[in-house]
Amino acid sequence: MDAVLEQILTRVQKPARYTGGEYNEIRKDPAEVDVRMAFCFPDTYEIGMSNLGLQILYGAINAQPGMACERCFAPWGDMEEEMRRAGIPLYALESGDPLSEFDALGFSLGYEMAFTSVLNMLDLAGIPVRSADRRDLTPLVFAGGTSCVNPEPMADFLDLCAIGEGEELDVEILELLRRAKREGWDKPAFLREAARIPGVYVPSLYRPEYNEDGTLRCLTPLEGAPEKVTKRIVEDLDSAFFPTKAIVPSTEIVHDRVVLELFRGCVRGCRFCQAGFAYRPVRRHGTEFLLEKAKAALENSGYEEITLSSLSTSDFKGLPELTDGLLEWCEPRKISLSLPSLRADNFSMGLMERVQRVRKSGLTFAPEAGSQRLRDVINKNVTEEALLNSCRIAFEGGWNTLKLYFMLGLPTETDEDVVAIAKLANQVLYTWRQYAANKARGVKITVSTSMFVPKPHTPFQWESQVSVEEYLRRVRLLRESITSKSIVYNWHEPHVSLIEAALSRGDRRVGGVIEEVWRNGGRLDSWTDYFSMDRWLDAFASRGLTPEFYALRKRGEDEVFPWDTVDLGVTKRYLAREREEAYAGRVTPDCRVKCMGCGANCLLERRKCDE
Amino acid sequence: MNRILFRKKGRAVFISHLDLMRTMQRVFIRAGVKIRHTEGFNPHPYMNFAMPLSVGVESRCELMEFELAEPADLASLPARLNAVCPEGIEVLEAYESDLKFKYIKWLDIEAQLFYYNEVHRARELESFYGRESLTVEKRTKRQTLEVDIRPLIGALEAEDIRPGLVLLRARLAAQEPALSPAQLVSALEQLAPELKPDFVRYKRIDVYDKNMDRFR
Repeated sequence: MDAVLEQILTRVQKPARYTGGEYNEIRKDPAEVDVRMAFCFPDTYEIGMSNLGLQILYGAINAQPGMACERCFAPWGDMEEEMRRAGIPLYALESGDPLSEFDALGFSLGYEMAFTSVLNMLDLAGIPVRSADRRDLTPLVFAGGTSCVNPEPMADFLDLCAIGEGEELDVEILELLRRAKREGWDKPAFLREAARIPGVYVPSLYRPEYNEDGTLRCLTPLEGAPEKVTKRIVEDLDSAFFPTKAIVPSTEIVHDRVVLELFRGCVRGCRFCQAGFAYRPVRRHGTEFLLEKAKAALENSGYEEITLSSLSTSDFKGLPELTDGLLEWCEPRKISLSLPSLRADNFSMGLMERVQRVRKSGLTFAPEAGSQRLRDVINKNVTEEALLNSCRIAFEGGWNTLKLYFMLGLPTETDEDVVAIAKLANQVLYTWRQYAANKARGVKITVSTSMFVPKPHTPFQWESQVSVEEYLRRVRLLRESITSKSIVYNWHEPHVSLIEAALSRGDRRVGGVIEEVWRNGGRLDSWTDYFSMDRWLDAFASRGLTPEFYALRKRGEDEVFPWDTVDLGVTKRYLAREREEAYAGRVTPDCRVKCMGCGANCLLERRKCDE
Repeated sequence: MNRILFRKKGRAVFISHLDLMRTMQRVFIRAGVKIRHTEGFNPHPYMNFAMPLSVGVESRCELMEFELAEPADLASLPARLNAVCPEGIEVLEAYESDLKFKYIKWLDIEAQLFYYNEVHRARELESFYGRESLTVEKRTKRQTLEVDIRPLIGALEAEDIRPGLVLLRARLAAQEPALSPAQLVSALEQLAPELKPDFVRYKRIDVYDKNMDRFR
C-alpha cells in the first residue's frame, strides 16, 4: 500500500471502507485479463456493498475468462479531502489501481440523488466528466440501474447506458470493448457498434430538439441508432449467475446479511411504483434452487442472518415450502430469517410469527394512503379490514411497535384523504387496546409520510407533484389530526423529493444543472450532511431552468418524454389506460388473476409470463 | 479455554476492534468450527480478545480465547481458519490455556519513525527515552494529569535504518497501567518536539508476563 495513503487511512473515519481485502474479494492475475472494468457505486461503501446488483454483476463479470471486475465507492467527505490534498486519484479496492487505468467504468444508478457523485468520482479519478471531453476509447464510462430508465439527465456524462438487467448485457458490452481494443477502433466507431447491442442506449447518438414552451419536441436517432432501445431481461433466472460467494465486508454495512432474491418483477401494479413496472415481467427462481443457493451463500459467508428479497415476498408461490426448508436448516445453526416486503394479510402474519420466534423485530406496513378511495386510485390493494386484522394478529402475538408508511401528494388526494391517515392510525391503536397481549408495556405506532414523486414509466408519469408548500400544509393538517400520544408522526423533508422528481423526469438540459451543482461542491446528495437546496436552486437558475417545470408540471397526453426512447416492455398505451383507471378509482387485479396486457410479456421469448 | 494466536497485517490493520470481532465470528462459522454461545437474551458466540488493537497497527501476537462447542483438533485448526480468513489475518497457533489475560504485563513493540528531513535520530531518541523521568501531561475527560511514563518503558533501543527512518524497539507496560506505542511516541511531541516524527508505523511483536516469560 502506498505510504501516503496508509497515513491518510490512519486519520479518516472507518478506514476499512477504503482498503479492500475482504473475504471472497476476487483478484485476478493481470496477465490473464484483457478487459478490466471497475464497478462504480456513487454512494458510500456501506450502501454500495449492501446492493444485490453489485454482488450479482461482480460475480457474473468475474466468472468470464479474461474479464476482471473490481469495485469502487464514493469516499466520505473526510477521505475525499485527504485524497485531493495528497493528489491520490480515486482507485479500485481490489488492485488499488486508479480508475483511469481501467477499460470501463460501470456506474450503478439506482437513485437520482446519486447523480452528482458520479461526476465527483470521475473528477476524483482525474477523468473529464463530460463524455465529449473523453476522446480516448478507454476508460469507457457507462451506467446501468433503475435511474437509467430515463437516461437523458445524465446523457452528457455517460458514453452509454445499459438498459435493464446486466448479467448478459454488461458482458456483451465488455466483449465488444475487448474487440475494439484489439482492433484499435476509436471511440465513435465503438459507440456506433455498441448501439447495435440490444439494450444499449448511446446518448451521443440521439439529438434532442425542444419546443418553445420548453418541452421536448423530439429525440432524433443518429448514425443508425435504434428508434427504441428495449430493456434487456434474463428470461430464465435459474440459469443466470446467482451469487453464492458474496464479498463479506470486514466492516459493518447497511444490509449485513445474505440476500436471497426470490423473483423479479411484481404482479401487483401499484400505480406509483416505478419498480413494479420497470422490472416486469415476473420471473422467479425455483424453490429447490433457492434452498440450495441459500445454504451455499450462508456457508460461504458465515453470516447469521438471511433475508428474502423481492418486490412483494407474499406473492412468491412456494413461500411456505421455502421458509419451512430454510427454517429447518437455519434454526439449529442459530441463523435468523427475515422477511421484508410482506403484505398485510393473514397468511403473511402467520408466517411472520413463525419466522420471528428468535428475535422479534419491529413491524412495518405501507398502506401508502389513508382512505380506501385513494388506495383504489393508486391500486394499492390492501383493505382497512385486512390491515387491522394483521395488526390484531401482531398485537395478540406480543408486538407493540408498528410503523405505517404513507405518501402525501398522491394524484387526486384531498384533505379528507389526509385526515383518513390519522383515522386509520387511530383504528390501529384501537385494535391494540382491544387485542394487545400485554397492555402494560404500552404501544408505539409510528406514522411516516413522504412526498409522492411521480416517476417515468408509471401510470403517474404525466402527473404533477405537489409543491413543497402544499406538502407542508398537508403535513400540518395531518399533524393536527393526530391526537394520541401513542402515535408518533414523522414526515420526510420535501426538498429532496422535489429535486428527485425534477431529476427523474428531467431532459438532457438538466445535465447542466447536475454539473453546476457538482462544480459548486455537490456530491453525496442523498445524505442530509451534504444536500443543499440552495445549491440546487442556484444551479437550476444558472441554466435558466426551474425544478418546478420538471416536477410540478402536469404533462399533456401527447407530450414527448425524454424517456420515450427507452422501451421497458410495458407500453405507454397501457400506462395511459391505467392512469384513466386511477381517475375512475378502479382497481386492476393481480396480473396472475387476470392479464391486462401491459406488454411486458413481449420481452420473453415464450411471450408468456410466469403463472 | 481454547485460544488462538494470530497475526494482523497489510490491509487488515484497518479493521477496527469491533469489526474484528464480527469478522472472527464469521471466520469460525465459515470454517465450520462451532464455538460456545453466551447465555441470555441475545446469545452470541463467546470470544474474548486480549488488549484491543488500535486501527492501523500491525501485530503478530494477537490472542483470542473461546470455547469449542464440540471437540475439534486444535493442531489443524489454524489451517482450517486460515482457509477462510480475509486477507491479512493469519492464525499462527491454536491451543489450550488457562492463563488469564490479566497476567499479561509487558508488550514488545516496534515503531518505524519517519522524518521527512532525512537525518539520523537514533542516538538522540535513545538518550531521550533514557532520561530518569519522562513526565507528560495526560488528558482525561475531567482533568489533566501529570504522569511519569519512564517506569512503563521496560527496555528501548533505536536504530537508524536509513536517513529519515528510525526503528524503535521497545518493551512497554501492557496493562494497568499501560503505555501504548502511540503514547510512547507522543511523549516526543510534549518533551522534545524537535524529535517528533512525521509519520509512525506501529507493530506489536510479543506479549510477556511479569517474569518476562512469553505469554500464551
